[in-house]
Amino acid sequence: MSNFSDIYQNIPIEAWVQQSIDTSERTLELILRKGRARSPADFAALISPCAANYIEELAHHSNKITQRHFGKTIRLFAPLYLSNECVNICTYCGFSRNNEIPRITIPLEQVLAETKLLANQGFRSLLLVAGEHPKYVSNGYVEKCINHCLEIMPSIAIELGPLETEGYKPLVNAGCEGLIVYQETYHEPTYKEIHPAGPKKNYAWRMDTAQRAYAAGFRRIGLGALYGLYDWRYEALSVAAHALFLLQHCWKAQLSISVLRLRPAAGTFTPTQNYLMSDRDITQLVCAFRMLLPHANIVLSTRESPQLRNGLVRLGITTMSAGSSTEPGAYSHYDESNWSPNLEQPGEQFHIADERTPNEIATMISNQGYEPVWKDFDQSLVTSSE
Amino acid sequence: MIKSLPVEPLIIADRKFNSRLLVGTGKFSSGKIMQDSIEASGSSIVTVALKRASLSGEKDPFADILEYLDAKNFLILPNTAGAMNAEEAVRIARLAAAAGLPQWVKLEIHPDPNYLLPDPVETLAAAEILIKEGFVVLPYINADPVIAARLQDVGCATVMPLGSPIGSNRGIETRAQIEIILEQARVPVIIDAGLGSPSHAASAMEMGADAVLINTAIAIAEDPVSMAKAFALSVQAGRVYYEIGTSRVTKIAEATSPLTSFLD
Repeated sequence: MSNFSDIYQNIPIEAWVQQSIDTSERTLELILRKGRARSPADFAALISPCAANYIEELAHHSNKITQRHFGKTIRLFAPLYLSNECVNICTYCGFSRNNEIPRITIPLEQVLAETKLLANQGFRSLLLVAGEHPKYVSNGYVEKCINHCLEIMPSIAIELGPLETEGYKPLVNAGCEGLIVYQETYHEPTYKEIHPAGPKKNYAWRMDTAQRAYAAGFRRIGLGALYGLYDWRYEALSVAAHALFLLQHCWKAQLSISVLRLRPAAGTFTPTQNYLMSDRDITQLVCAFRMLLPHANIVLSTRESPQLRNGLVRLGITTMSAGSSTEPGAYSHYDESNWSPNLEQPGEQFHIADERTPNEIATMISNQGYEPVWKDFDQSLVTSSE
Repeated sequence: MIKSLPVEPLIIADRKFNSRLLVGTGKFSSGKIMQDSIEASGSSIVTVALKRASLSGEKDPFADILEYLDAKNFLILPNTAGAMNAEEAVRIARLAAAAGLPQWVKLEIHPDPNYLLPDPVETLAAAEILIKEGFVVLPYINADPVIAARLQDVGCATVMPLGSPIGSNRGIETRAQIEIILEQARVPVIIDAGLGSPSHAASAMEMGADAVLINTAIAIAEDPVSMAKAFALSVQAGRVYYEIGTSRVTKIAEATSPLTSFLD
């Protein structure tokens, strides 16, 4: 199989962005009549300034397509941060190695205790997250976490520093179902500038993580860009190209696309104002992704405001996190009755924007005529007791 | 209110079912609406994805789909959705039986998570194992007469060919293949997937299908309860039409003098 990083070199993303900017009403109306984006060119038109004037129509298409494939349901999951130890410098990230924050890798017993707390809140799907550190995060630690957490959680995915296929295999064999890896920015000069040190410097290596993960046997693969680092249309067209490539080459994997915007974090990073996406932009993007990728999960995290999250429930997203903390070990200090932190979180990766409890999120989903789905996978599918 | 039409019962593995409409439980906006829709459908067989249920044998308020289904009113037919190969399907079916669910299984194995098309090789392998273990197996298949025949050879209780891809609402686009499956079938044939409107369901029944399975078209309707009733009526109407016998459709004018009158 060819690597996407090689193919990507020859994809004219800049030209597509320009094509998007220049989209005419006539072009757009033809696509809206089809109700689907059948190519990157169609997708470029749907994320165009011109299409922003048709946002209601986009929303209607997106709503219908999503209901057809996913029904009136939203799946819920919780992230559990295992470690904020990190050898990388990523200028926008709270875990960046040069940030003076308290560093911790939580012990297995605490991982289990926190998993139980999350299960008590209703979660049956867990995302284990960690910084990239060979000493703390590798060496069988994550594998043990997966093994033990599966006794409580039916579905486990991971978001870690990229590994070789061989490195992923033990995690898949342990019963890990999904892998999330964000390219952060697909714009190589920007990527190099904001990742000056650490293994994450290697742009192509990160880009091909999804394929290595697929080769190891992960059945769910999540992609995304961190919007706000570079021009959002450039990023979105790159994510679209990446997703279309993976659909062809990694056909057994369920794709999920996250729409993440930069949040305030420790460090001195100041985002470029031109690159910031508005709520309207992100709504348009969700609808456009849905019209291009009808079967992909679209994930919305607690990075976004309650108002936007409420609004997007019916517009194309399928999966939400809720009541999240981005600090390792923080759930241990949550008040279980109202799911709020009792302590400051100086070691968090970024500060969330939607602080509602899991129960409040589930109620919000129900009130919109959708079913909050906590369990949609069973560990028996991926683990053998024999 | 229109009364139910009298139709012959559906018999699968020696068990009698009064309705020829099977319904699925995915994609509904709430457990209550699902429950009301199932009741309105009058279905005697209701499929449920095991991955949505608690399989530990203990009740789970956050995975409570089975709590909405009353086994007194219909057969709960566990399905193996989520399984990508035979091994996974067999494992989850065994677990469900161990957790007290019926030893009936709608066998569906789809390695492609997008179109959810069934894998015939893995389905046959899993069917053989489960049948030997005493399961009643109802496999979801592509409209392929050869795999249908092979699954019947190993003892499947039905075959469930798709009309068109799951959730597509495109109706019966595999008509020519399904006609062959029906012609050769030794077990009930249930048309599963892709039926988007009551006319699709009626059409399947008129063709001679023994039953149909509907999920998306009911679950995502603006009014799922009314839609469930509409499907129930259309299935009955299609079946009655089939049982009475079709009036011959012809585009050729009948000769006034019969061509074979010389034989009289």
